[in-house]
Amino acid sequence: MDFGDSPDEHEFRLRFRAWVEDNNPHLGPSSASDEYWEAQPVWHRSLYDAGYFGLAWPEQYGGHGLPSVYDVILDEELADAGAPPRPHLGYLVQGILRHGSEVIKQRFLPRLISGEDRWCQGFSEPGAGSDLASLRTRAERDGDEYVINGRKIWTSNSDVAHWCFLLARTDFDVAKHKGLSVFALAMDQPGVEQRPLKMINGTTREFGEVVFDGARVPAENMIGAPGEGWPLAMTILSHEREPHELGFAGRYRKTAKQLTAIVHQDPTRFDHEQRRDLAWAIVEANMLQRHVSRRLSDRLDGITHGPEGSIDKLLMTWVEQAVGHAALSIGGVPHEGGDASWLNVYLYSRAQSVMGGTAQIQRNLVATRVLGLPS
Amino acid sequence: MDVRFSAEQRALRDSVVQVVDHLGPRTVAQLDDRERAAKLDAAVAAAGWRELRTAADDGAPWSTAVEAGIVAEELARGLADVSFLGPSLAADLRRLAGAPASVAPDTVAFASDLGGPTRGDDGPVAVDTAGIATALVIVPAAGGYTLAAVDIPDGGGGVDLTRPTVPVAASMARPTPVATDATIDDEDLTRWTALGLALTCADLVGAMRGATELTVTYASEREQFGTPVGSFQAVQHLLADAAVHTEGSRTAALHAAWAADALPPADALAAAAEAKAYCARAARAVCEIAIQVHGGIGNTWECMAHVFLRRAVLSTDLFGGIGTNLARVLEHHGIGHLGDGGADGLR
Repeated sequence: MDFGDSPDEHEFRLRFRAWVEDNNPHLGPSSASDEYWEAQPVWHRSLYDAGYFGLAWPEQYGGHGLPSVYDVILDEELADAGAPPRPHLGYLVQGILRHGSEVIKQRFLPRLISGEDRWCQGFSEPGAGSDLASLRTRAERDGDEYVINGRKIWTSNSDVAHWCFLLARTDFDVAKHKGLSVFALAMDQPGVEQRPLKMINGTTREFGEVVFDGARVPAENMIGAPGEGWPLAMTILSHEREPHELGFAGRYRKTAKQLTAIVHQDPTRFDHEQRRDLAWAIVEANMLQRHVSRRLSDRLDGITHGPEGSIDKLLMTWVEQAVGHAALSIGGVPHEGGDASWLNVYLYSRAQSVMGGTAQIQRNLVATRVLGLPS
Repeated sequence: MDVRFSAEQRALRDSVVQVVDHLGPRTVAQLDDRERAAKLDAAVAAAGWRELRTAADDGAPWSTAVEAGIVAEELARGLADVSFLGPSLAADLRRLAGAPASVAPDTVAFASDLGGPTRGDDGPVAVDTAGIATALVIVPAAGGYTLAAVDIPDGGGGVDLTRPTVPVAASMARPTPVATDATIDDEDLTRWTALGLALTCADLVGAMRGATELTVTYASEREQFGTPVGSFQAVQHLLADAAVHTEGSRTAALHAAWAADALPPADALAAAAEAKAYCARAARAVCEIAIQVHGGIGNTWECMAHVFLRRAVLSTDLFGGIGTNLARVLEHHGIGHLGDGGADGLR
């Protein structure tokens, strides 16, 4: 059992560290402003062009075919340098890898991984949140195409997306979980209208609302088989619950590090409770990074994500919200106006117990599927 | 980076599980079964687990803290009423001091709050004393520290029903010097403290696992309103939280155990302090959940839930609990000893 680097891993770490030193875009607190989100595509391309994105994904689709632990090294170095975390689209990649045909993989994965194509994920609807399978967006066959009508919400990056990973109902006569299919739908067409959602921290560039009014998608753009939408969505969501796939441990460690630096500047400003909040943020963020190492090591035995992904989602949530509390406590609130970045980091942290499946749904899954309690 | 257990480590874990499942107490009443406890002690002695931290020929310990942590975790999970932590820490002190391994296992005397080894007149208590007659004391000497041994009087009690503590103040006046080949220095003590923290973390993780298993079983069987109480979401969510606390703690404890031997002393201590703060908070939460889900019976002496909580309280206090260790974390980041609260104002 070894948390340390192998010689190859160490060499990679030093090489990447040197690259980050020259290429850190210095974006400020993560997820806290529209500027941060606007800079994401450039940061994605920068990492990809230098050969540092998609480390663990297959080479034929633009990845590097390395063991997943290299992503841990990447996350650690990004955090230590105060650089933004890697773009978190691993769950879409995993969904397409697992369920897409070879044609679909060849067609979509390289440009998704390289960042040339931006994607949004059209799952949740105004009437279908935790009960996702009850969604009502319709995809009806019309010749070689499907016609889409419905409405999606909490759609990440819908404002910049070229493609929507759309979950829609294709069969209305079967049980709700069985009638769903997934499409790669082009966003740039008359039947698609996108509008931003303003989040509680004021950002308008992460989430959107999308209305489909007679939008069209070629039948060949279906990902997986007709009716495979639910298992595909579960693949995506289970990966979306994994801290590793998201690279969020790096984001939390970066925030804790920046808050530590603030205390360093003028220690006398901070009382015991504030320092205690910071200490917990450090403890929690470091724990999560090590937890990712543990889970990825399990993967070397061929153990893939199961219901314990919900444990990890809850762990990640507790970490993000502890870090959020430290941001509020140390970063402070600009009552006289001024920089609200740390307040916004805190406010953003409240979403973590909702997105990707609420903390309550995760607890249901842990209780019944991990602990085996009666349902 | 490969955080999996080796085949040997898995085999070690399996053998501890086997012994504890066979000879550990299954009920509170069985804690009084001396014949069973003696068999358990004999099995642990025969397995040599208390000698994992004794010195090999090169002076390094026979086994890393990861192996010692594996034993600690599984012993705690089964509420094994047998000494392990104390003898392991004593063996490591002897190793650091270049002293011969003890013929009969000994343990260590702590200050009365158990926050660290005794400095003399701080109400010293020997910990984890089942079947043990002497406790080591760390004594200042030229250029560092050396060791002495004090007798442990009969008796013993304390919060933990599985690991007694015994006051040794009366014996402190008559210490027996321990023959040593080396002086223990501050870096040695830092690393030893990291080992102690890591092993208490492993113990806390075991207690959490045991308490959760006990409670899941109970909640699956106990019926109210005509259905197992474990089918109610309110109960399920408590137990789900227990599982999350336990998994996070397991990660932190494994890392601390690895770090205790693999990292420089200051970094090993920081890793151990992070883990201890995390595990201590988690263990109290998990054991309280265990008592709550057991309901009325959980508040009676005969329910095993409080035995886990009591064990967790002792392991929490050893080498300091949440406040002490959060202060260590801050100090490691250069922002300790600040503000208006005195030395380590978090404590």
